[in-house]
Amino acid sequence: MAGVASHAFGSSAHAARFERNPAAREPAAVKWLIITVSMLFFAAFLLLPLYAVFSEALRKGWQAYWEALVEPDAVASMRLTLLAAAIAVPLNLVFGIAAAWAIAKHDFRGKHVLITLIDLPFSVSPVIAGLVYILVFGAQGWFGPWLSEHDIKIVFAVPGIILATIFVTVPFVARELIPLMQAQGREEEEAALVLGATGWQTFFRVTLPNIKWGLLYGVILCNARAMGEFGAVSVVSGHIRGQTNTMPLQVEILYNEYNFAAAFAVASLLALLALVTLVIKTVIEWRLGREPHPIGAP
Amino acid sequence: MPGVRSPRVLPGFGLSVGFTVFYLSLIVLVPLSAVFIKSAELSPSEFWSVVTAPRVLASYRLSFGASLLAAAINVVFGLLLAWTLVRYSFPGKRIVDALIDLPFALPTAVAGIALTAIYAGNGMVGKYLEPLGIKVAYTPLGVVVALIFIGVPFVVRTVQPVLEDLDVEFEEAAASLGATRWQTVRRVVLPMLAPALLTGFAMAFARAVGEYGSVIFIAGNMPMVSEITPLIIITKLEQYDYVGATAVAAVMLIVSFALLLIINGLQAWTARNNRSGR
Repeated sequence: MAGVASHAFGSSAHAARFERNPAAREPAAVKWLIITVSMLFFAAFLLLPLYAVFSEALRKGWQAYWEALVEPDAVASMRLTLLAAAIAVPLNLVFGIAAAWAIAKHDFRGKHVLITLIDLPFSVSPVIAGLVYILVFGAQGWFGPWLSEHDIKIVFAVPGIILATIFVTVPFVARELIPLMQAQGREEEEAALVLGATGWQTFFRVTLPNIKWGLLYGVILCNARAMGEFGAVSVVSGHIRGQTNTMPLQVEILYNEYNFAAAFAVASLLALLALVTLVIKTVIEWRLGREPHPIGAP
Repeated sequence: MPGVRSPRVLPGFGLSVGFTVFYLSLIVLVPLSAVFIKSAELSPSEFWSVVTAPRVLASYRLSFGASLLAAAINVVFGLLLAWTLVRYSFPGKRIVDALIDLPFALPTAVAGIALTAIYAGNGMVGKYLEPLGIKVAYTPLGVVVALIFIGVPFVVRTVQPVLEDLDVEFEEAAASLGATRWQTVRRVVLPMLAPALLTGFAMAFARAVGEYGSVIFIAGNMPMVSEITPLIIITKLEQYDYVGATAVAAVMLIVSFALLLIINGLQAWTARNNRSGR
C-alpha cells in the first residue's frame, strides 16, 4: 500500500509515541530550541507574507478595499480567471481519470514512460509553457498564417490563456488518482464485471465512489493552480486591461502602476482562495488518512 | 499482490490509453517539441553564441546559484520543520502543518508582491535590515528569499512521511548500545533520512530554476546582476527575438529533463530505503 497510509497524520497522539520514549527524544532544552528555530522560520517565510497581503490590502481602509474589488477591470479579471479554471479543470479531470484508469487498472509496456510524460508540465518553467503556444499559434508560428487568414486569434487572446492554464495543470488529478487506484487494486471491478455489469456501470458504480475523495483532492489542487497561474499566462496574454488579464496579471499591472492598495486588494482574494484550498485539502487528508506528500513537485 | 489473478482484463484500456496519449500529445508534447524544432533554425554556432552571451551566462549564474542556495537553506529548515511536526506536540501544530503548503496554494505573483513589500527599504523587515547595510529587495539576495519561500514545502513534505514511518527500534537499539542522543541522530536517523532530504533538495532546486512569478517583483531585474533566466526568455520575446528566446528555453528544458530523471531516480531510492528501513 505504498503512498496511501491508513493512519492519521499530524495528530499530537502520534508525536507522543516519540516524546514518551526516552530512546527517541531529545533533552527538553534541545526540543524547545528546535521548535523555536523552526517556528521562527515558519513565521518569517510563510506567515509574514500572508499577513503582508491582507495588511497592505486594507492599508487605505475598507472603503478603498471594496472599491478596488468592484472596479470594472478587476471584475473582468475575476471573470476571466473563473472562465479559464472552468475550462481547464474539467478537461484535466477527464484526462486524470482516463490516465489513472489506463495506468492503475492495466498492465502495458511503456507505463513508466507515460507516467513520466504526464509529470512533464511540472518540470517545465511556466515561462516555457507559455512560449510553446506562441511557437505553435503565434503570428510566426506553425499555424500563424492559417489562423490570421481565418481571423482567429489564439495567443495574446483568451484561448491562449486557457491553453496555457491547461498545460500547467495537466498532472494534478492524474497524480492523485494513480497511486490511489493502484492501491485499491482491481478485484472490485473484476467482481462487478463477473456479475454482469458493463464497463461504464462498473466505473460509475464501483470505481467512482471509491475514488471520490481523491478526485476532489486533485480537483482542488488543480483549481488553485489554474486560478493562480502567472508566468505561463503572462507570456500568452495580450495584457489588455479588461480583456486578457486574469487576476494574477491584474495584480501585476496594478502593482507596476504603483497602485499598491488595489494590487493587494485583488491579491487578497487570491490569498483567500489559497487558504480555502488548504482548509479543504487538510479536511480531505484527514478523511483519506493520506500521507503528506509534495504537491506540484517537478 | 500474489495469489490467483483472474485472467479477465478490465475494459476500456484502448479508450483510456488512447485518450491519455492523444490529450498529452496535443497539449504538452507537440507544443514542447516546437522548442527544439524552432531552435534548429539556428546553426550550432549561432545557437551556441545565443545561449552563451554574457547577459545570458550571468542569468544562469544567478538562477542556478540562487536556486542552489535556497534549496540548501530549505534542506536545513525543512528538516527542522519536519522534525518538529512529526516528533513534538505543541499547540497550533495542525495549523502549522496545513500552512506548510501555502507556497503552492498562494499564487506566485501574490507571493512576489508580498515579499517585496516586506523586504523593500520601507517594508516591515526591510526597514530594520537597510540601516544595517543589508539590502534584500531589488538585489540577488531578494531572489534567494523568493526561492526559499517557494521551496519550503518540498523538503518538509518529502522528509515528513519517512520520519513518520521510521521504526523507533533503530533508535532504541542505538541508545541501548550506549550511543548519546546526538550520536544516534547523526549516525542512525540522518543517514536514513538522506534519500528523502536529497529528493526534497532536488525538487526545491528544480522548481526554483524555472520560477518566475515570485521572483520578478523582488529581483529588480537588472541585466547582468539580478536577471533570472526565465526573464531573459520574456525579454527576448518582447523584442520579437523568438529564435533567441527559444534557444535559451531549449537549454532550460534540457536542464529540467535531466533534473526530472534525477528526481525520479531519487524517489525510487527513497522508496526502496524506506521499505528496508521498516
